[in-house]
This record gives sequence, C-alpha cells and structure tokens, in this order.
Amino acid sequence: MRALVPSYQLTTPASLADALALLKSEPGVWKPFAGGTDLMVLLEAGKLAHRNYVNIWGLNELRGIDVTDTHITLGALTTYTEVQTNPILRREFPMLCQAASETGGLAIQNRGTLGGNIVNASPAADSPPALLAYDAEIELVSVRGSRWVPYQGFHTGYKQMHIDPDELLARIRLPRNTAGLTHYYRKVGTRKAQAISKVCFAAVGSTDHGSIKDTRIVVGSVAPIVIRCVQTEDLLRGKKLDDSTIDSARATLSREISPIDDIRSTANYRLRVAQNLLIDFLTTLRH
Amino acid sequence: MLINFKVNGESRSVDLFPMARLLDVLREQLQLTGTKEGCGEGECGACTVIVDGQIVNSCLVPVAQVNGCEITTIEGVAGTDQLHAVQQAFIDHGGAQCGICTPGMVLAAVDLLNRNPEPTEDDIRNGLAGNLCRCTGYMKIFESVVRAYRK
Repeated sequence: MRALVPSYQLTTPASLADALALLKSEPGVWKPFAGGTDLMVLLEAGKLAHRNYVNIWGLNELRGIDVTDTHITLGALTTYTEVQTNPILRREFPMLCQAASETGGLAIQNRGTLGGNIVNASPAADSPPALLAYDAEIELVSVRGSRWVPYQGFHTGYKQMHIDPDELLARIRLPRNTAGLTHYYRKVGTRKAQAISKVCFAAVGSTDHGSIKDTRIVVGSVAPIVIRCVQTEDLLRGKKLDDSTIDSARATLSREISPIDDIRSTANYRLRVAQNLLIDFLTTLRH
Repeated sequence: MLINFKVNGESRSVDLFPMARLLDVLREQLQLTGTKEGCGEGECGACTVIVDGQIVNSCLVPVAQVNGCEITTIEGVAGTDQLHAVQQAFIDHGGAQCGICTPGMVLAAVDLLNRNPEPTEDDIRNGLAGNLCRCTGYMKIFESVVRAYRK
C-alpha cells in the first residue's frame, strides 16, 4: 500500500550546523535523508516507518574528496558516480570503484551515496566490503564535536550500529597504503546490472616468496552484517600459499560466515559461492 | 512547501508536500505524463528524467530535493521543429514498441551522448543498464542509439 505523503516531514537545513542542532533538539525524532535511493523505495511500498527526516542532500560540508599524502577522505554524500570518476580512487582503491559501478544503474549511481550505503546498514550493500577491506575509518559529528572510529566494528548486528541519535556520518577516510596489494572484488547477483548481491566478496592481500604476508577478507550477504573474516585472515597469515592452506582457509571461512535462505538466494548457494570466491582470490594471489 | 524549479526551460513554482515523489509531481501537478511509472522502486528506469545534467529515477527523488534545480523530461527533449536525433532514430529503427520504457530509454541515451558523443558498445550497455524493456529484446534500442550518434 502506498504511503500517505503528507504524513512525512522532510526539512531542509541551511547548514550542517543547523542539521546537527535539529538532530540534537529532539533526539531520535529526526533521521538523515541523503540520496533517497533506499528510503524512497520503502516510502512507495508503504514500509517507511519513521516519519521525520532531515534533508542533508544539499549540505556542501558533506561533499567533496580531499587527498593528503597519507589518506583520501570522502564526504559522506560522495555519490557512486563521483567515486568512479576520481583518478586516485581508480588507481589506488579499484575495488571501491568497481563496487560503485556495480551498484544499481547510472540513475542510482548519480544519487546513491557512500554514507547512505553505510548507515542504511544492509548486509547486502556493495561498497562496505570494499571499505572494510581498505581499513576505512568514519567520522561521526554532532553538536558535541567529532570522532573518528574504525569502520570495522561499527555495525553490531542486523541494521544495528554504534551511532548516537544526534550524530551524523560526515566523512569516510581511507589510508593510502594499497601499493603492491592484490585487489579482488566480485559481486554475484542475478544479473550484471541493477541486481542486489547474493554474495559480495572484497579482499586484498600480499605475498612474499610464496608465503602470505597479510590479507583482509570481507564478505557481504552471508551474515547479519557485512563481515570481515578475521579468523580466515589469521589462519592465512605467514602460511605458504599452497593447496593445503587454501583448503584450510576454505574450511575456516565456512565456519565464520552464517548465510541464510531468503528471497534472493539460499544458504547453500551462498556458502558455496563464498568458498569459491575465496579460492579464486587465493589462486589470484598465488599468480 | 513552495518548490521553485525549472522544467524544460520554464520556471515553475508549486506548493507541495516535501516528500512527494518528483515522478508524481511531474505527472499530476504539471501534467507532464510523458514520464512513466514502471516499478516505483528504482529498478526499471521508466521514470528517468535529467536533473541538473544527471539522470535520476524520478520515483526515488522527493520533490524537496529539486528545489532550485533544472529538470528535463521527455517533453523537453525535442527541438521546436524537429525531434532529437535519438527520438528520430528510435522511430526509424524500431526502438519503441509498447512505449512505456521509451521516454526513460531516450533520456538515458540523450544523457549518454551528451557526456560521451562517441560511445563504445560497452558504454551504451552501461549507459542503458538501468532501463528495462520487456518488448524489444534491446537490440533495436541499442541499434537506435548507435544510429543516433553516427548520423
């Protein structure tokens, strides 16, 4: 059933300071509304339970990409289109660009934002696996100030996250330490364009004389949150990259994820695909 | 709230609920019914319009977010006395059948050629990836876009 549009508030603050003041004035009453590509779907389906939103789309303080020698910092409202066209992201963070190019079609990419993708907190989101594999940090701002936290650990359960009602996700920061890494990103959906993931896999890794130095392995759509597979990473660290190691890693990964049956796929299929993608990543790393 | 925007070059000022979908405002308040509703959830691209030079799904844009923007709908694509090259190519090469996807396809193609006047096959497939068609099997649409820029 369609939503009753007059029952929703969407107020447009003049500045970030005004937006934060509003979030603080009535805690939990107001929620941010960015590009709308998730929330408007719920609205039309009559499933948008919350009523009062702050329209942050026009806040320039939340836009832009800044580069220093050590980090690249993205405003929370950076769109998928902006991600794909940034030369430094294309060179140093190709998985994020690939994720952006495989999220929806162009009309979605023009409107969907990285910050929205994080705070919407879908376990099937496409950019979080890349952001986690790149060791992203996020900045939460409020009238009380600003805090940077590791993105790893931000999501605590299905649609649950460490953010206070008066806080807004403002920026995302990636350390520029990807030189020499193998990057492996693969989204598996029903079709190439527009599909929501059945499994999404992002990993980076490096080797030294046939042994694994380090990896970061992240899988989406196989747990209540996008999951960094730290046990698999621990198992792989320092090991010789041979068939026996790959087999042990596959077994560990299988215990670490908890896929379910749902509208898009089955637990069995997701498990098998996640295993195959891990094997493919490690095989890529070996060559 | 009072929303001011330009639609197809004409300034409009309309009193609207801020969460109203741009799609509904165009079709119902402004009677620009060339923009179609397909899925209503950003999957099909039938409601594609151009906002400040970028295509969007108008079903996913609350009207409060287009205050001060310039919007082009399918009604604004043709010149005063002739069709846009993309529209003419769709007619000449069978790019339209039932017509529901056509306005969105045409706008996506126009946007693609604005950004990239000589697209590769992959560019065309990517540019139109967000637009579904249930009639043509896509090849005639693809052919129409190729003919539009080779003309």
